[in-house]
Amino acid sequence: MSLWPSRSLSPAPLPAPSPSPSPSLSLSLSLSLSMPSLSPPSPSPPSPSQSAAPVLACRGLVVRLGSRTVLDGLDATLRPGWTAVVGPNGAGKSTWLRALAGLLPVAAGSVTLGGRPLADWAPRDRARQLAWLAQQDADAGGADLLARDIVRLARLPHTGLTGALSAADEAAVAAAMAETEATAYGARRLGELSGGERQRVLLARALAVQAPVLLLDEPTAHLDAPHQRALLAGLRQRAAAGATVVTVLHDLTLALAADRVLVLAGGRVGAEGPPSDPALRRALCEVFDHALQIVAVPGDDAAAPRWVALPALDAVQNPAPIRR
Amino acid sequence: MNTLAAAAAPRAMSPQRRLGIALLVGTALLWLAGLLAGSDGWTLSPWQALAALADPGHDWHLVVAQIRAPRTLGAWAVGALLGLAGALAQGLFRNPLADPYLLGSAAGASLAVVLVLALGTVLGAGAAAGTGIGLGSGNGVGPARDLLAAADQVGVVGAAFIGALVGIALTLMLARGAAQTLRLLLAGVVVGVMLTAVSDLVTTAVPQALRGRQSFMLGNTALLGWGSVGWLVAGLALALPLAWRLARVLDALALGEDSARSLGLPLAQLRLALVALLALATGLAVSQAGLIAFVGLVAPHLVRRCVAVTHGTLLVASAAAGGALLLAADVAARSLLAPQELPVGVLTAVLGGGYLLWLLQRRRAGA
Repeated sequence: MSLWPSRSLSPAPLPAPSPSPSPSLSLSLSLSLSMPSLSPPSPSPPSPSQSAAPVLACRGLVVRLGSRTVLDGLDATLRPGWTAVVGPNGAGKSTWLRALAGLLPVAAGSVTLGGRPLADWAPRDRARQLAWLAQQDADAGGADLLARDIVRLARLPHTGLTGALSAADEAAVAAAMAETEATAYGARRLGELSGGERQRVLLARALAVQAPVLLLDEPTAHLDAPHQRALLAGLRQRAAAGATVVTVLHDLTLALAADRVLVLAGGRVGAEGPPSDPALRRALCEVFDHALQIVAVPGDDAAAPRWVALPALDAVQNPAPIRR
Repeated sequence: MNTLAAAAAPRAMSPQRRLGIALLVGTALLWLAGLLAGSDGWTLSPWQALAALADPGHDWHLVVAQIRAPRTLGAWAVGALLGLAGALAQGLFRNPLADPYLLGSAAGASLAVVLVLALGTVLGAGAAAGTGIGLGSGNGVGPARDLLAAADQVGVVGAAFIGALVGIALTLMLARGAAQTLRLLLAGVVVGVMLTAVSDLVTTAVPQALRGRQSFMLGNTALLGWGSVGWLVAGLALALPLAWRLARVLDALALGEDSARSLGLPLAQLRLALVALLALATGLAVSQAGLIAFVGLVAPHLVRRCVAVTHGTLLVASAAAGGALLLAADVAARSLLAPQELPVGVLTAVLGGGYLLWLLQRRRAGA
């Protein structure tokens, strides 16, 4: 979790959704957050996530991993648009995403995709609707496969196991690799790539499915700032075009750029709403033990978390601000 | 090969094509060498050998056409099946150290061989002779003779094949299907240990079976005849195209189980199909030539070092590399200490172990 050094010496325990932030705040924030490509679309019309029909819905969802109940009666509705799922470590974010992708047995409750229970979908049909990106772990396999061959696997739901890739399939692969700027590594083994390069290949793999629903677990992990921005701008475009994008993000700065933020805590949805919603901001602060405040970025419609300074960090003389 | 080839002509030929040509040429040369090498060393010229193969009136026809040719083809086919099985196992378990015997096939086949040999001894078979390691026709009486006749009909080869399949079936039962890799792997270990213990028990009771068991476990290509070749080639012709069709499952599996399932693959069924192919390839190879070590482990490694390919190509190339490896070992086993013959399993173990050691040293050196 990134800590944002702040020069503010008087951290208030309450969120500050004030329309006129103090000058000192605006200084620290303009340093910490400048995401021109992520600026939201015009604020006036209702965001698509509020009007469109639900795509994925969970009712009383209970998921157990071993003896642990990770999701405990979770209710949520996901509509077209970009939803960022946030929450403390162990809140069940990744588990929920896997359950949404139909990869986990459901102990109770239901997950529906387009109104139909997820389990009723034929695997291949479901795979064309839902693209899932795993959280990248260090010992992920596929090290001996070429990056391009890995992205090509995304077309399996379209071609079937033995079908050849058509020109359209190859075009989808090329487009996805171009979008994540992974084209240059096409002919290299996955195991030879750096973490960020690997992530871009795996992202391209998820995007190349061309599914209307994207379930991405920490898609910005290992990416440098420009690629994080480019990725999220691309996701936002897809969402604006009607896709349902669900991202688990531990980086609140990035999460607050989403159309909607969904706070997961204790295996349930703690709060949900657009980033501007004061109730959501309060819930965020509570969930993270008041270790942060959320403030508006002046001259921009975005909001950003401001981490309450740690004593140890305060002791450092003139900590350099982290630039994004 | 990597660096050498890359230095030679980077634009002329893709690494895949280069490996393909190397394997084809190497295999052709090894087939020829297989006709030339005998227990008397290298006495024939290539032309003489080919002439002897083609001409039934040739002095050497019997040796070349009825002994060396089937042995050569058979050794190659056994190696190819093991190479294929090794690539399947490594893909299936997402582990480059997996080998074809992992699922209890080796222990199952050994036990079956031991049981047949012990049965033959106990039921009063005289001199053992016959297929493979050998089993006599019965001189017992009554039901004993019937039993023995049945065992004889199945023979050591059939018993080993069935034993290998039973071993894998037991593993699948213990693991409750092929849905979970780790459970499958552990069940394979359990079956291996248990069946080996039973084999030990039987050989303790019937020490006469010990020799046969040992020669089975060492592996032997010397007794492969045209009959064996027929079975082996038929098995290869069946397993290889099927494996090719299922190869993309292994590609997807490399990304992780969840990723593979998120791509709409019914993994439990597909894994079962892959295990069945693995069982067929391993069972056939083991039944004809015993437990040849390391070929299944090393062949896919060699291929992966040379080229980065998807599993379709990897499976085919591993089969080709496995065939070439075992045939090379077989030729060496025949001729290194002629007229003495080395057990080919010892040679493959030395070669395979040496290769892995070299790999380890390179890794340590930071290559």
